[in-house]
Amino acid sequence: MERITSIQQLELLKNSLQKAKESGRNVVRVCLGPGCRAQGADKVAAAFRDTVRQQGLPVKIEPLIKETGCHGFCKEGPLVTLVPSGLFYSRVKPEDVEEIVEKTIKKQEVISRLLYSENGTSYRTANEIPFYKRQMKLASRNVGDIDPLNIEDAIANDAYQAAAKAFSSMSPDQVIKEVEISGLRGRGGAGFPTGRKWRSASNAVKKRPGPVYVVCNGDEGDPGAFMDCAIMEGDPHSVIEGMIIAAYALDARQGFIYVREEYPFAIRNLTIAMDQARSVGLLGKNIMGSGFDFDIRINRGAGAYVCGESTALFLSIEGKPGEPRAKYIRSVERGLWDRPTVLNNVETWANIPVIIEKGGEWFSKIGVPGSTGTKAFSLVGKVKNVGLVEVPMGVPLSTIVEEIGGGIPGKGAFKAVQTGGPSGGCIPYKLKDVSVDYDSLTKIGSIMGSGGMIVMDDKDCVVDVARYFLRFLEEESCGKCLPCRLGLEAMLEFLDNFTQGKGSLEDIEELKSLAKAVQDGALCALGGSAPNPMLTTLEYFREEYEAHIVDKRCPAGVCKALITYHIDPEACTGCGLCAGICPQSCITGEEKSPHKIVQNACNRCGLCMDLCKFSAITVS
Amino acid sequence: MKEIDTKKLINFSINGTPAQAKEGWTVLDTARNMGIHIPTLCHHEAVEPSGACRLCVVEARDGAWSKVVVSCMYPPYEGVEILTDSERVKNVRRWVLEMLLAQCPASREIKALAAEYGVKSTRFRIKNPEEQCMLCGLCVRVCAEVVGVQAISLGSRGVLKHVSTPYMVPNRACIACGSCVTVCPTGAMQARLDKVRGDVSQRTGHGFAH
Repeated sequence: MERITSIQQLELLKNSLQKAKESGRNVVRVCLGPGCRAQGADKVAAAFRDTVRQQGLPVKIEPLIKETGCHGFCKEGPLVTLVPSGLFYSRVKPEDVEEIVEKTIKKQEVISRLLYSENGTSYRTANEIPFYKRQMKLASRNVGDIDPLNIEDAIANDAYQAAAKAFSSMSPDQVIKEVEISGLRGRGGAGFPTGRKWRSASNAVKKRPGPVYVVCNGDEGDPGAFMDCAIMEGDPHSVIEGMIIAAYALDARQGFIYVREEYPFAIRNLTIAMDQARSVGLLGKNIMGSGFDFDIRINRGAGAYVCGESTALFLSIEGKPGEPRAKYIRSVERGLWDRPTVLNNVETWANIPVIIEKGGEWFSKIGVPGSTGTKAFSLVGKVKNVGLVEVPMGVPLSTIVEEIGGGIPGKGAFKAVQTGGPSGGCIPYKLKDVSVDYDSLTKIGSIMGSGGMIVMDDKDCVVDVARYFLRFLEEESCGKCLPCRLGLEAMLEFLDNFTQGKGSLEDIEELKSLAKAVQDGALCALGGSAPNPMLTTLEYFREEYEAHIVDKRCPAGVCKALITYHIDPEACTGCGLCAGICPQSCITGEEKSPHKIVQNACNRCGLCMDLCKFSAITVS
Repeated sequence: MKEIDTKKLINFSINGTPAQAKEGWTVLDTARNMGIHIPTLCHHEAVEPSGACRLCVVEARDGAWSKVVVSCMYPPYEGVEILTDSERVKNVRRWVLEMLLAQCPASREIKALAAEYGVKSTRFRIKNPEEQCMLCGLCVRVCAEVVGVQAISLGSRGVLKHVSTPYMVPNRACIACGSCVTVCPTGAMQARLDKVRGDVSQRTGHGFAH
């Protein structure tokens, strides 16, 4: 590809690429997002390439095999979308590929077996499926559509148009103004207004002339969250373009993307995207012939959750141990190398090009006042449709869980949703209609966070959940300040005791007092917000805590020290499956007659219950 | 070093008493200037504050807004009310002192300090009754910022954190100046010094203090 030396040239290139795209050529989009890849999507893509090559199809029919980012509907993966028909095939296996090529690509026949169906209805295209219907994709607009390793594909989908618009017709001040008008708030969790952040940084540079940095936080570490991963993998150009626009607005020359090492595909795709952008003149020296220089470097995180905290992240980039410092002097004034720095989350950066292209006014009308735009969530846990969703701010939580997520699988009852990861809170069923926006979630004790959404049913124990998150943070605490280092450890001991039926009701009060001291006393937000899951579960599910402590009983049947497994003699057929799998060999019984569990040998692993085909094993 | 504009004064209050801070002063600087006592452990004038020990917490109030902050780092601003002994502050301080008693039970200084605030026992588990170090990191900061050799550092993280040399072997970067021993608020560094500097008889020549 030729180097782009002017904005007109980018426009011409885009037009010609779009024309080629609209020519009606067959395209097979294979989702290679984290979920589909785990389910073998790479083999499906390889099968498509092999089959197409072997068959030597005529040019008119031969499809382009495109490996894209996450389509979102992870539960139904591997997913394949066909263009131009829009057909949406789910759970595609490599064995299905030949049939797809034979029937659908050659003869336009629909293979109904591969269509997604729900409650007796099968859906031909993605847009008709309830999972996609309520969604609105802004930050992930091109994820699942483009081939992230091909910059031409991105350009055909309007990548770098917003940067071109900013360069050609907007002053740096206008760019910041547009972001301010949009009302965009940081998608990393705290929800600080992005425009105000940029403005403060711009003012700080004016006061203290010198270098200014733009940084992307891709250290997504919350358990169960993968929104940023999907964006970095599926559309790295949106992040790069967002950073270029901010660099133009702040006159920055250097940017950094901090990605956790656990995301190898995100690192690979970002690196390739940056290389391609550099080689065509969209990044680096003299971007689009405008005379503006800006480049980005990737810094890989070595596995410390705390390095997602802004000040620890800066130290980590500087090559020092990632320990947070007090934020009384904000990083927009003194951030990376003590210079004004704008740090935004991946999803925030991905929103910037949309705002510049369509205008802050347009963006501000999406969502609700105070929380504009959309938010991506990774919907996981006890929900039918596990996957990546993006919805306008302000939709009720129940819409996400019950309509998009399809509700709770099996016989379980919707109990609670954990939002905001380990720093967030547990929202009970009775508050399921809460509007999902920054302020409403904060009001009920949770936070928006970066977008992890873990759904729980009546088989999940809230005490155990609180303990899980606390243990996660205790392990990830940097240990700089005492309240976090020892406070979390002590809180965890309380919860460990509760899950074993030990402790007293006075312990709950003591735990609350300690939690308050940790909230007030901890140095950074990791420690300061660590008590949140415990405090919200205690507020909304106090009776469950009391059941553990007073009645020595785990109502959800999770806490091992407090449960026993039984075999219902009525339901047991004596098939012997459980006896065969039991690692303790503590299930006895004659063939075809009801079995029994020898309680004192049982280690409560629950394997028998998971395996039993007759639901004969109960827990109490 | 801090750039201080001595002409500009910031008016605020500490425990209801009007206070004036020079530009660049922290709440702790101002309180000490006024003779108001705020307990500290990891603070030392020779190095930049780090805010690790959390003992010097105070409550900052501004209308309905209120936050517990560390006075050794918090820059006061016009009109902010600082409380050094509010209920929230007392709760944090009490728990921090109990944590300190569990962290370094062998330190006489910590015991005396805790007793001063009425804390005589701890509800936390004592892991090592011989421990004197509370991991404030003052020794590490002095070594890096004042001596400029970085012979010691804080290793690991969370409950495993410890003061040590790289690879936990005596470090030839150590000039055996003893600054770390001098600044240590609990006397813990005294016992560790030999592990840092190694065999002194083998160490002579350029860059060595003895």
